[in-house]
Amino acid sequence: MRFLDCNRMAGASLARSPGRTFMMLLATAIGVAAVLVLTSLGEAARRYVSAEFQSLGTHLVIVMPGRSETSGANPAMMVAETPRDLTLDDARAIMRSPHVQRLAPVVVGAASVQRGGLEREISILGTTAEFRPIRQWTMALGEFLPNVGMDRAAPVCVLGYTIREELFGTDPPLGQWVRVGDRRCRVSGVLAEQGTSIMIDVDEVVMIPVVDAQALFDSPGLFRIIIQATSRDAMPLAQRDAKRIIRERHYGEEDVTVITQDSVLATFDKIFGNLTRALAGIASVSLVVAGVLIMNVMLVAVSQRTSEVGLLKALGATRRQIIALFLTEALFLAALGGLVGLGLGYGAVAGLRAVYDTLDFVPPVWAAGGALIVAIACGAFFGILPARRAADLDPIAALTGR
Amino acid sequence: MIRLEDVCRNFDVGEEVVHALDHVSLEIPDGEYVSIMGPSGSGKSTLLNILGLLDTPSAGSYTLDGVNTSTMDDAELAQIRQQKIGFVFQSFHLVSRLSALENVELPMVLAGDEPAVRKERGHAALERVGLGHRDAHRPSQLSGGERQRVAIARAIVMQPKLLLADEPTGNLDSASGREVVKIMETLNSQGLTLLVVTHDPAIGERARRQLKFRDGLLAEDKERAA
Repeated sequence: MRFLDCNRMAGASLARSPGRTFMMLLATAIGVAAVLVLTSLGEAARRYVSAEFQSLGTHLVIVMPGRSETSGANPAMMVAETPRDLTLDDARAIMRSPHVQRLAPVVVGAASVQRGGLEREISILGTTAEFRPIRQWTMALGEFLPNVGMDRAAPVCVLGYTIREELFGTDPPLGQWVRVGDRRCRVSGVLAEQGTSIMIDVDEVVMIPVVDAQALFDSPGLFRIIIQATSRDAMPLAQRDAKRIIRERHYGEEDVTVITQDSVLATFDKIFGNLTRALAGIASVSLVVAGVLIMNVMLVAVSQRTSEVGLLKALGATRRQIIALFLTEALFLAALGGLVGLGLGYGAVAGLRAVYDTLDFVPPVWAAGGALIVAIACGAFFGILPARRAADLDPIAALTGR
Repeated sequence: MIRLEDVCRNFDVGEEVVHALDHVSLEIPDGEYVSIMGPSGSGKSTLLNILGLLDTPSAGSYTLDGVNTSTMDDAELAQIRQQKIGFVFQSFHLVSRLSALENVELPMVLAGDEPAVRKERGHAALERVGLGHRDAHRPSQLSGGERQRVAIARAIVMQPKLLLADEPTGNLDSASGREVVKIMETLNSQGLTLLVVTHDPAIGERARRQLKFRDGLLAEDKERAA
């Protein structure tokens, strides 16, 4: 039998029962569309997190107090020991590494901020002038913290965009006094609107010099030291230097965790990549279900077409030809359903994008290709049983309709 | 040339074994016109199925043109059905969604012939049964007699040596039945071996050689009185 004739006959059989064909197409199409939509969700999450991390700044290395063990249980973990504080002296020492371009110590806490009769509890961020270029923030008004070195106190503060509105309304804030905790300071600047960055609403933060924050919270410990390496390649070197310097200063004990932006990004990339693949796997189950449906419907179709099969056998069709005919039908269904599903899926993703414009919904190409291939493979696999059943029909029984 | 030697065909029906054919030996030379008659269950249809290679004997041997068919596999049997045997059924078995010509083309589609060749030979076969003007008609647009003639055209389009007809007039009125029989007899006169299974003595007695079956046995094998 010629390839074209085989396709034509299979296509004609499908066209003859449009209702049945439509149902089978729909099942496969929904499966493929599900894969696209779910993977695009995973991919959107990955891109979102990636973008958030990139928005932190470039070439960042972050030093955190405390050692996070990643290599399993360790006897030292059993001895509850408070990690040694990370101090401004530590920060200054790290500054000596040639791979460090900038560095900003960070202290975080909450305090009340008050102006006139208005008061509210707010996140306070103690840092230095270097913090602004590291985070690539822009100012709406005035200046960031004064560039006076880490350990110089100054009675100034910088307001987040929303805070300024809440405390000052339309009044000009620059040079005005506000009370932060028990300290009075002058507003030196207001940040431009930043929005949320890794779950912190920067617009609702008040920044003061790091030593003032230490005094305010009565603690010498730093929350983080944010380092900007000289280049991308310098990030691991800066990381290594930071570890070495802290170890030397902390009597040989490496009681800090130093991460690079790259490694965090890579980790998130991996997590979300795996998540996306897991979603693809879950969605693929619907493709298998579609395959089972195709199988069942085709089994029914075979029993309804016994006399046709019997006739073909009497006219000289071999087992192989009968199998080829029915398998072709299954493959047609699967491939066509897959293509329709791609259309549906991309349509649904476009819909999602229109509704949630903050997330970048794009189904990964591998998911689209993979879903189509899995759909066709399912069609082939689940088409085998009906095709074999048709080929095994006894021609006499088939012809006499027994 | 058909040669059956001690052919048996047994069916298990519950506990019982039914001998549909019981040691039948038979020789049919090429070009013969044979009718096979007998009551229901006498084994005549089983014989036709075995001769058409749709069924295989439980015992005995079937030699077609000097080739023993009992050792053949599915593909070889299909090949012989395709090339040497044409079937005509009581209920026509035309594919309703295909036109007359497309129905006639079916065996050639399975054989893998070129579309142009198929059209030409299919049309020629329809002309031989007097339906050259009905190429594009669907079975539902044809009368019963015309449908059976399309089926005959389909059976002979591969130019087989053997035409097997199972109650070919069973679903037809007597006028169209006679016409169908005449067409088959014409084909026989052109050299085709013709075997007709029938209930109808009026048709069976037209054959040169008449076989009568009873309980799986070949009860009578006579030639028409000239």
